[in-house]
Amino acid sequence: MESKLIIILIVVIGAIAISQLVRVYELTAKLRKHGEHEIPMRDNYLNAKLMLAFMVLQFGGFIYLMLKYGWTGRGPAASVQGESTDWLLNLNLVLVSAIFFFTNFLLFYFSYKYVKRPGVKAYYYPHNNKLEMLWTVVPAAVLAVIIILGLQTWNDVTGASPKDAISLELYSKQFDWTARYSGGDNTLGRTDYKLITGTNELGLMTAATIDSSIQAMRQGAGGILEIQKILNNRDTVLTDSLVNVLRKDLGTKERLLRLLNQMKATHNVALDKHVYDDIIQRDTLYLCVNKPYEISFRSKDVIHSAYFPHFRTQMNTVPGYGTRMKFTPNKTTAEMRTIKKLPTFHYVLMCNKICGGAHYKMKMMVVVLEEAEYNAWMKSKGNKTFKDTYFPAPAAPATTPAADTVKTAMN
Amino acid sequence: MASTAHDVHSHDHHEHHHEESFVSKYIFSQDHKMIGKQFLITAVFMGLVAMLLSILFRIQLAWPGESSDFLNFFLGDQWAPEGVLKEDMYLGLVTIHGTIMVFFLLTGGLSGTFSNILIPLQLGARDMASGFLNMLSYWFFFLSSLIMFLSLFVMNGSIFGIDIPGDWGTTGNGPAMAGWTVYPPLSALPQAVSGSGFGMTLWLFSMTIFIAGSLIGSLNYIVTVLNLRTTGMTMTRMPLTIWAFFVTAILGVLSFPVLLSAALLLMMDRMAGTSFYLSDIMVGSEMLSNHGGSPILYQHLFWFLGHPEVYIVLLPALGLSSEIIATNARKPIFGYKAMIGSILAIGFLSFIVWGHHMFITGMNPFLGSVFVFTTLLIAIPSAVKVFNYITTLWKGSIVYTPAMLFAIALVSTFITGGVTGIILADSALDIAVHDTYFVVAHFHIVMGMSAVFGMFAGVYHWFPKMYGRMMNNRMGYVHFWITIVGAYGVFFPMHFVGIAGAPRRYYDYSVYGEFDTESFNMIMDLNVIITVFAIVAAVGQAIFLFNFFYSIYRGPAAPQNPWKSNTLEWTTPVEHIHGNWPGALPVVHRWPYDYSKPGAADDFIPQDVPLAEGETEH
Repeated sequence: MESKLIIILIVVIGAIAISQLVRVYELTAKLRKHGEHEIPMRDNYLNAKLMLAFMVLQFGGFIYLMLKYGWTGRGPAASVQGESTDWLLNLNLVLVSAIFFFTNFLLFYFSYKYVKRPGVKAYYYPHNNKLEMLWTVVPAAVLAVIIILGLQTWNDVTGASPKDAISLELYSKQFDWTARYSGGDNTLGRTDYKLITGTNELGLMTAATIDSSIQAMRQGAGGILEIQKILNNRDTVLTDSLVNVLRKDLGTKERLLRLLNQMKATHNVALDKHVYDDIIQRDTLYLCVNKPYEISFRSKDVIHSAYFPHFRTQMNTVPGYGTRMKFTPNKTTAEMRTIKKLPTFHYVLMCNKICGGAHYKMKMMVVVLEEAEYNAWMKSKGNKTFKDTYFPAPAAPATTPAADTVKTAMN
Repeated sequence: MASTAHDVHSHDHHEHHHEESFVSKYIFSQDHKMIGKQFLITAVFMGLVAMLLSILFRIQLAWPGESSDFLNFFLGDQWAPEGVLKEDMYLGLVTIHGTIMVFFLLTGGLSGTFSNILIPLQLGARDMASGFLNMLSYWFFFLSSLIMFLSLFVMNGSIFGIDIPGDWGTTGNGPAMAGWTVYPPLSALPQAVSGSGFGMTLWLFSMTIFIAGSLIGSLNYIVTVLNLRTTGMTMTRMPLTIWAFFVTAILGVLSFPVLLSAALLLMMDRMAGTSFYLSDIMVGSEMLSNHGGSPILYQHLFWFLGHPEVYIVLLPALGLSSEIIATNARKPIFGYKAMIGSILAIGFLSFIVWGHHMFITGMNPFLGSVFVFTTLLIAIPSAVKVFNYITTLWKGSIVYTPAMLFAIALVSTFITGGVTGIILADSALDIAVHDTYFVVAHFHIVMGMSAVFGMFAGVYHWFPKMYGRMMNNRMGYVHFWITIVGAYGVFFPMHFVGIAGAPRRYYDYSVYGEFDTESFNMIMDLNVIITVFAIVAAVGQAIFLFNFFYSIYRGPAAPQNPWKSNTLEWTTPVEHIHGNWPGALPVVHRWPYDYSKPGAADDFIPQDVPLAEGETEH
């Protein structure tokens, strides 16, 4: 209520202000001896001087912000690739700032200097081919340098990873990140989104997970049998819209079931071992300093973007389409805290592609450890592989022998 | 050929000379001058809406989570309960702000208004090639504006409680919320965000109609420029404004249909269960069976329009400023032919650079390198244009009309925003700043500020032609200085927010407090400063609005050629008449930039003045 009053008050004051403006407008129009199309000398000089003043303000603002915040608001780069990016970025920023100062200076200085003065006629100067050639060739030469340096760096940071790079997967969904370490074999197991269930949230592909997904799709809660039962129940009356929804749902699930059965028929059990030793990690991503990482990305629902501001790297995660990046962290979290003089500092992985209401909260802390610390942490995860968590102890008997599974699929 | 077309047209004109009714004169008018004004007023309204939306989300960014009566007043209890903006609506505000500014203000408003008013007048034509199509193009624009505006009020799948008949996705709250680029899958899945229901459907309908209108308009502009030039108006005697509108129209005709196809495929994914952009998706716990589509396909289609769109917005502004700078510096534009060449080069290059918006989508790095190369090439014609503007000012005799101030400011923002483009075009550097506030700063300065300044310059300069009256200069000066200081104050610090790593489209940067208090303090400080400047700049626009609307009715009468300009529009009578020239069409004898020509009595020689004896053309 109060706010409405205030706003009404503002409207009233605004109306009064406008009526005053009208009076000023009309009075000045009457007093003036010249029309609006003739600009008085005084106004002309004033604007010319303001042009120069604005240039000073603009340059001053830039220099002030530079001194206060600098180009490195997020601290020095914390990866090998990031350092080469930063070197190039600094070079470009220097160049670009020079162009900014030079051209803006010419523009505003000329605006000030060549204001209309009594008795001075403008200089008729329609063109000069030499000058025009000059400002075609010079920018072209500068750009050639920028392009060559840029593409060198681009090829370096996007090229293939070294053979010994550690494979790691980052999985994105509204609104969090999950990491998957590839375990002792350094190979990530295969996945499929159709295998996602409450106990297999990343949809890892083994004979057992395929079976349990088929099972869930047919007999589970909201599964095909249940929907059919509701649709075929003659004792209840369903609204048309509900019938439509259920039929659509049934159609989708039957299609998915067919695909799952196909998957089962072609599944290669020999690859299951790559899945079993994978380690799933939420909340915090632990990395080892000075080790090259080959990261692959998947997305469950919409496009997200894996953005590591401190490593200066970024890659979209796209549903149905795998993406990758590489980087080598070269400063541990502890080192960075010392450099930034900020004992609470953390590296972070943020989402940088609009993905829904809580987009801004979608992040994962990243900790870069010394090799010894990292190995110790990894060891503590040793008994939390996918196999350990998916088949809680006594694990062995629960797994159907793979050969049998294949045989059932054939039948 | 041009003159034959004219004869036919002028005969038509004389045969149909009759009193016009109110409806045919002011509403369903086929007169290009009236249609231009209709575009302008509609766009000004849409621009104000978009500006208000930006103030609403800037308040949230500067003072996150604090209760604001202002937010509650405009957004109600549904979207700002207790005066705190809801997360979803933040995205809705950002999305519609961007959509309106880019398409409705700077495409429809800028090119629609000035192409309509200036093409026939500066070419010496009685009207557009097709008055009827021209009228349609406005009414399509009006309808799409209306739908986009109404989409802000979607609630529970209906507007103001009125259900839309039919099964058009009657779920969802609020307008589209997937960003102005509406990338699927977010925009395709109503389950993913509340704005991807009915709000998104309206967005797609609105844009489809907008594109149809834009195509009709552009075709008309192209045909008019090619066929209806008066005697003597060769292509190389056309003012640079017309060159800019001409190339803009060609860009529109070649690129908007691609956006239309992108929108149609998205509609099919949403309504007909197709999988053009969808594959292997699970939203929440709902598994979709869509398979084989690619969200990246949408991005390719979108940016195939999206990048030329930047120049559809910019070229008209640059064209207007060329004319205004030459007139008010009392000098010929420097390097007229090079300026035409630059416009053509920019227009061509703008079609082969779209991939620079997609460096980090996972596309082949080699393809990325190609786009780096083509994108950076655009800097060359842009540099030529800038230096030509500067040389035009050199040794000029500058008259500071409000239009001239805005035109010079446009060159400044074109430089300031353009140079950061060099960094963003460089894929290796783009990785570090992609989708951060650095990008927001870049495109708001180079495209937003430049085009808006061009539009203001155009309004101040051609207001006497549009309404037969003069605007108040003093108010124009105050408006200009508030606007340029305010706008730079908003967008310049954003570079630093971006360099600090702040992603765009974040509802609240308080999350930084959890991992980097240093960046947190910097971002929060700058956000407050930016919002204060934004509010000042927004309030400053009231001066313009007052000056504009008041002068329409009460401004002093305009003389025939107030700025002592050379172009043909100033040879028409101040009072608008259908057919533009009461007698025969003017005949053109020279280029439009004979300002301060040695040997001439005046410091300007209009285009319809024959060459004096012994005088050579420029």
